[in-house]
Amino acid sequence: MKRLGLLGWLLVAVLSMGAAADPSERLADPVLEARAKALFPQIRCMVCQNESIDDSQADLAADLRKIVREEVAAGRSDTEVRTYLVQRYGEYVMLKPAFSLTNAALWVTPFAIVFLGLFAFFGLKRSSPVQDQETALTPAEQALLTKLQASEAE
Amino acid sequence: MIVEIGAFCLILSLILSAAQVGLSVIGRVRRSAVFYGAGEGAAGAAFLMVLIAFAALMYAFVTSDFSVANVAANSHSAKPMLYKVAGVWGSHEGSMLLWCLALTGFGAIVALMARGLPAAMKSIVVASQGSLGVLFLAYTVFASNPFVRLLQPPVEGRSLNPLLQDPALAFHPPFLYGGYVGFSIVFSFAIAALIEGRVDAAWARWVRPWSLAAWSLLTVGITLGAFWAYYELGWGGWWFWDPVENASFMPWLIGTALLHSAVVTEKRGALPGWTVFLALGAFTFSMLGAFLVRSGVLTSVHAFAVDPERGILLLTILGLAAGAGFGLFAWRAPKLAPGGLFAPISREGALVINNLVLSAATVTVLLGTLYPLIKEALTGQSLSVGTPYFNLTFAPLMGLAFLVLPIGPLLSWKRGDGLGALQRLWAAAGVAVAIALTVLWVQKPTHVTAAVGMGLGVWLIVGVFVEIAERIHLGRASPAEVRRRLGGLPRGAWGMSLAHAGLGIFALGACFETAWKIEAAQALSLNQSITVGAYQVQLSDVVAANGANYIAERGLVTVTKNGKPVCGAKPERRFYPANNQTTSEVALCLEGLDDVYLVMGERRAGSEGQPAWLVRAYWNPLARLIFLGPLLMALGGAVSLSDRRLRFAAPRRAAEAVAHPVPAE
Repeated sequence: MKRLGLLGWLLVAVLSMGAAADPSERLADPVLEARAKALFPQIRCMVCQNESIDDSQADLAADLRKIVREEVAAGRSDTEVRTYLVQRYGEYVMLKPAFSLTNAALWVTPFAIVFLGLFAFFGLKRSSPVQDQETALTPAEQALLTKLQASEAE
Repeated sequence: MIVEIGAFCLILSLILSAAQVGLSVIGRVRRSAVFYGAGEGAAGAAFLMVLIAFAALMYAFVTSDFSVANVAANSHSAKPMLYKVAGVWGSHEGSMLLWCLALTGFGAIVALMARGLPAAMKSIVVASQGSLGVLFLAYTVFASNPFVRLLQPPVEGRSLNPLLQDPALAFHPPFLYGGYVGFSIVFSFAIAALIEGRVDAAWARWVRPWSLAAWSLLTVGITLGAFWAYYELGWGGWWFWDPVENASFMPWLIGTALLHSAVVTEKRGALPGWTVFLALGAFTFSMLGAFLVRSGVLTSVHAFAVDPERGILLLTILGLAAGAGFGLFAWRAPKLAPGGLFAPISREGALVINNLVLSAATVTVLLGTLYPLIKEALTGQSLSVGTPYFNLTFAPLMGLAFLVLPIGPLLSWKRGDGLGALQRLWAAAGVAVAIALTVLWVQKPTHVTAAVGMGLGVWLIVGVFVEIAERIHLGRASPAEVRRRLGGLPRGAWGMSLAHAGLGIFALGACFETAWKIEAAQALSLNQSITVGAYQVQLSDVVAANGANYIAERGLVTVTKNGKPVCGAKPERRFYPANNQTTSEVALCLEGLDDVYLVMGERRAGSEGQPAWLVRAYWNPLARLIFLGPLLMALGGAVSLSDRRLRFAAPRRAAEAVAHPVPAE
């Protein structure tokens, strides 16, 4: 019963997807509109304080949304739209940095830390079994032990 | 006059903090109880002076004394009282004073209330806290003095940014600063441990309540900030991976790692150097946050009290404090006794993985925040690092942490039974996979990552129940025995369970809301409606609604579901003449755990020339969980903090208990 309810609102959900932002800007074709909408969060509104053109109400964001919609409507692929924007506005316009050699440190470091850390932890631990690694006795403790052992032997 | 008293007390507190350092150091060198006491007294007096200064500034704000430059710049006579008071910490100068208040306040608590602490170690903690106090008070007095008078006072103030005139944001800074600055005590304890060359279970037990308290406050502070962004910025987002948010998130991540490694040090004496390192790191990241937020080196939606020149000074303070701390660490840490040993598959091992992932996550956030700066400095190219980057790096790291989390508490210390723990978790794994698959099957369009995230959230929540069931021997012991064990569970265990369940609840809400929220927007004339999800949103009326310091158009919106009324909402579009700024006041309809989120937009002409308003409606499913989860985590911290074993005098009481043994259970 619950599932039927769930399916019901799902249907509504699917039908009303892509109805975002200002209705006067929307593309008529829902498929193209959805594609444009998916691109918006990846593109920076360059004059805003760290907002994507999906979030911003600034004029520049509206212009960029218009450009993206026009490009999508003209049959460009997502990659082509992104390349076009980067050519026109520079790398700064993309909120997702490119997978390039100069950005290698940015993309690789998080995972390198975990892998190196896990390797160090499990690798080093395995090579030194727990039982054999007891703390060495101090000379005083050693002397006491020898004395005790001696008294035991008597 | 009162303002001058405030200025005088602020300077006095700087002198007292310097005395606090000097007296405590002399006390430590001579091992003199008189000097120890004098240093502690100075710490208490320094706090009292900052408190008076703070009260004086609040008085100036409440009475709208515009001859004070800070009040003239940040207040307005028509502002509601709550925001006059909150205006005290709404500016650069005032917020630094709040920072100093927390710093000296925590110092005074340790100096005057932590009686069981060994005198030598305590004197170093007090001295270290005093040194931090000197740095930040000197900055406040000389570079950021909130008591500066204007020669020609204006008739009216320039008012506080209207976006900040909001209840959530009025309380956000005190919590946030309590958290940031709470880590200063942990920092001072780390300094003391390094100088004394002792990091043991007793030390870890002293550090834990402080890190717990700071962490809980920071959790509440960040949650309030996210909630504010959610309903005040008006586009339904709650986390933007914005530099200012990252600045508060990094100390939180390090603080979380510290909480866990301190447990290992307390229970097993292991990882002493690492725990000290994290203790230094948490406050270092707090200071880094203060610098990033105030210096204007990064652009942010929350850009706050930006001033590049003072940013250099804050960077200097950060360099001095962190440099001293980590320099001391490099010099003294190798001399710390190595801790207890343990196998990779053990409770310690799981906590090491936790620390590893949290450290990597912190570095990720740090890199994502600073990489644009670094790259621009090195190559002259500017780039952006936004949400897509964090989704691809931070999220998988957290996924790994979530995967390991429920296993850890089921492993025993030193050497655990990994297979046994997994066997006991089969039910949790089954439920998690079932939920993830159901979500995938029912929800279209399909978002695999969101379904995985929800599965992991369920894995955490069910894992918590499995862990409690294991602790109380559910199904293995008699009902009476189970009840007895349930009653005997320490508060610390409940705290941990609450926090872990809270994290799972947060993951459920965050993943579901992000993947499946629905938005709709349309210019509506009166009595027209739009559909969002299963809801009909009708604009019934628009009325003028003017507040003390703004004029507004208020929409009366009726939300119905299948023809049945759900709620009446009143979103507003406000104009603040004092700031010449327009804001939207979002209305939220709570529908169980979901939100229907309504925003009034600008007025425009309708199809037949009649007036219409751009109404945006969002259906945010499970959005409540996003804020409920972190609050549960903070509650977990508070419950854990109330555990008898963690109270200040606990070590002493434990010693008394040994002297007068009570019958064992």
